[in-house]
Amino acid sequence: MKKKVLFLIAILVVAGVFWGALSRVHPFGEKARAPMDDYYLENAQQERSVNNVVTAIVFDYRGFDTLGEAAVLFTAVCSVLALFRKGSEGK
Amino acid sequence: MGMYAILFERNLIKIAIGITLLEASANLFLIVLGYRTGGSIPVFTLAGEVRSMVLPTPQALTLTAIVIGLATSALLLSLIMLLYRHYGTLDVREIRRLRG
Amino acid sequence: MNPLSVVVRTICDVFAWFMGIYGIYIIIHGHLTPGGGFQGGAVVATMAAFLLVSHGGKKLLSFAKPGFYSGIETAGLLIFITTGFLGLSATFFYNFLAGRGGLFGAVVPIGPNSGILNSAGTISVMNMAVGLEVIGGLSLILIYMFKGIRLFDDQTGGSETGHDR
Repeated sequence: MKKKVLFLIAILVVAGVFWGALSRVHPFGEKARAPMDDYYLENAQQERSVNNVVTAIVFDYRGFDTLGEAAVLFTAVCSVLALFRKGSEGK
Repeated sequence: MGMYAILFERNLIKIAIGITLLEASANLFLIVLGYRTGGSIPVFTLAGEVRSMVLPTPQALTLTAIVIGLATSALLLSLIMLLYRHYGTLDVREIRRLRG
Repeated sequence: MNPLSVVVRTICDVFAWFMGIYGIYIIIHGHLTPGGGFQGGAVVATMAAFLLVSHGGKKLLSFAKPGFYSGIETAGLLIFITTGFLGLSATFFYNFLAGRGGLFGAVVPIGPNSGILNSAGTISVMNMAVGLEVIGGLSLILIYMFKGIRLFDDQTGGSETGHDR
């Protein structure tokens, strides 16, 4: 019982340190300097002729990451299928 | 709260719920990082007057992270099902003691 | 374990097809409104879950064969990779259909407007390919997990429990 309370206090202290450090880096909500995102927001509609900027980033400007993610999904489905095979356990 | 569930619970299903909770909170934190005061969503369809838009890049990368978390939890639940069939119990401390 | 009541089973039977149409709407309008391939695919995969709740496991396993969903998933992934290779003149994944007329090629006016369905080039094709893959993959996971439970019940020799009838 005493170990549980000690672990709980330690987790709360670490969470407090994270919170204090992150709130001093940059004030929340102000206009952060992001030149890449400004380029995306201004030029995506003219070059690619699409209305949804998030879809243009996922499928067109960074399409290679989406290819990797589709491969991860396919691998997960294949391994779940391989786990539930009958006939190979028990002689 | 997710870390408390992972470290201190004895039932295996509650540990799986704690892992899913931790991963969902990490994705939420990633989206909140790109916020501009008074901005609207980065979509041009039927927008009234465009003043400023929220950054779209963290939203696109969080999409990938959500799908990867889903694949992780699907495999976790399949392994829990196989463990239950093999050992007959779902308690973590019992499974640690019975070594094969 | 008691099976669920008649009210829940009837409502799940009616709303499963509504989920199918709503999911296909989200996939197709992926370049106009928020959504796209992955989100719409997850919505359609809940259609399989609704049918499982309302009809019982034995009827679902005789109706939906795993080979059908596996074929849909591989077709989606192959279309995605082929669309990437077709634009190889400039780079990999080049958008060669945008703004040029023909299939998915209309030009979009700058600034806020109401959406045009014919507009984006290869983004629309890739949306539908990824949607097909996610539908096949998640439905296959659901069906095989349910088969795994029934395997366990047959081993211990118990009678049919749950929603089977």
